[in-house]
Amino acid sequence: MVVAAFSDFMQQVVSGLASGGIYALLALALVIIHRSTGVINFAQGEMATLSTYIAWALIAHHGWRYAPAFVATLLISFVGGVAIHRVVIRPVERGSVLRIVIVTIGLLVAINGFIVWEWSGEPQQLQSPFGTDTYSVGGVVIAAHDIGTIAVALGIVFLLWLLFQFTKVGLALRAAAVNPEEARLVGVRVSWMLALGWGLAALLGAVAGMLTAPTVGLDPNMMAAVLIYSFAAAVLGGIDSPIGAVVGGLLIGVLLNLLSYLSQYGMFDWFTEELRLPMALLVILAVLLVRPQGIFGKPAVKRV
Amino acid sequence: MRTLLELDKVAARYGPVQALHDVSLVVREGEVVAVLGANGAGKTTTLRAISGIVSRTGAIELEGKSLKGGPEAAARAGIAHVPEGRGTFVDLTVTENLRLGAYSSRNRSVKADIKRVAEYFPWMLERGGQRAGTLSGGEQQMLALGRALMSRPRLMLLDEPSLGLAPLVVREFFRIVRKLNEEEGLTVLVVEQDARIALGASRRAYVLEVGRVALTGTSAELRDDESIRRSYLGY
Repeated sequence: MVVAAFSDFMQQVVSGLASGGIYALLALALVIIHRSTGVINFAQGEMATLSTYIAWALIAHHGWRYAPAFVATLLISFVGGVAIHRVVIRPVERGSVLRIVIVTIGLLVAINGFIVWEWSGEPQQLQSPFGTDTYSVGGVVIAAHDIGTIAVALGIVFLLWLLFQFTKVGLALRAAAVNPEEARLVGVRVSWMLALGWGLAALLGAVAGMLTAPTVGLDPNMMAAVLIYSFAAAVLGGIDSPIGAVVGGLLIGVLLNLLSYLSQYGMFDWFTEELRLPMALLVILAVLLVRPQGIFGKPAVKRV
Repeated sequence: MRTLLELDKVAARYGPVQALHDVSLVVREGEVVAVLGANGAGKTTTLRAISGIVSRTGAIELEGKSLKGGPEAAARAGIAHVPEGRGTFVDLTVTENLRLGAYSSRNRSVKADIKRVAEYFPWMLERGGQRAGTLSGGEQQMLALGRALMSRPRLMLLDEPSLGLAPLVVREFFRIVRKLNEEEGLTVLVVEQDARIALGASRRAYVLEVGRVALTGTSAELRDDESIRRSYLGY
């Protein structure tokens, strides 16, 4: 009984880390855009879904193999993200933040409508690049897709860290985000850096979407719940903190799974799957009330 | 000496407020030139017009070529603008600030340039990983100067470097500016409210009054003329 409980526990942790890795990627996308444009991108989930449909269409309709379809989707998403910034965000950037928020909500509706119009609302299947195998490690059953998801998420986070920390363009991206006026004085083309940020966010979303689809099924509203968990992750970690987004994502993933686990063994027995989303909203509310800047965020200081 | 920067009848406004009416001035290669005047005379706006932060009318030429576009273009043309209030990236480290200084110039060893700049500010090497926001005001001003040097500028614009700094730190700052001018031929246009220290560090000076050049001359002349000192410079 104890052994079974332990292996159950480990299974929940691993699959929690896998979903948490996906939340982390999408939360990172939210953080990147929030740092540069100053708003929550409500269209982030829909952008990810669109990217996933593109990957699916390349594979199912055009006969591409997974790897080239994956790479092509990342490229298309990146260019698409840059284009979204140049075409719809930039024109309203100088106005109030509310205008940008409304534009992102408009984008959400438009992209969702486009997906249904182009591919219908029928659920589709996107394969997992890691197959459907499961491994048993000391009695703990682990899905190959979960391990692959964790590895890809951490790998992407690591690459992103290298980009921001060690490259000239990464430094310029950070400079443009924290102090745009100063950045222009040293020659950084801030507007292009913001567009690049949108491109990176779209790319992160594409990865998150392609990792999500194999387990939940591809449909136009696939990322709606994932986006809420990612909001919770970003708020928990600190909405301007990339490291916070990653830690927050993993925490949310594991926390929700542990609640399910404990409810099976009599603790929190009121907790059912239907409460996962309200739980995420509760986390958002609690963080905003108790520590609005999140775990890694700095207290907000209005610069004048 | 060759003319490096020339402003001809430059005017600029912030919305309805006309900040500059008619400013013409010349900076020659290898000079330190001061722009003096009271609060609101248009000193800062003059620098902001040169680096394209505010839109302006009239002609601004660097090495005979017309300066157009925003601050990114000015940076590329070889202008390093150290704005009022230091202008360091407080969230980034000392080294990252220096690396950003070299952003607009290509194909050079940034590491070697950091070493070169650190000859004037040795502490920047030892404390390269420290966040700029945790430095003292004087250190931040030095870092802003070091960052500007990283671009190997044709012309450096300094906006009120003495603001909020202890007199000793201000003297040290201008000592380094003079040294850079003498040893490396750095050309500087410095805006200052502290006329005494600016006249001590510069070769020539312009005095602005409500957006116009009220008078100009060598710094020595201005310093030695008591009536000018009293009526324009306030010391």
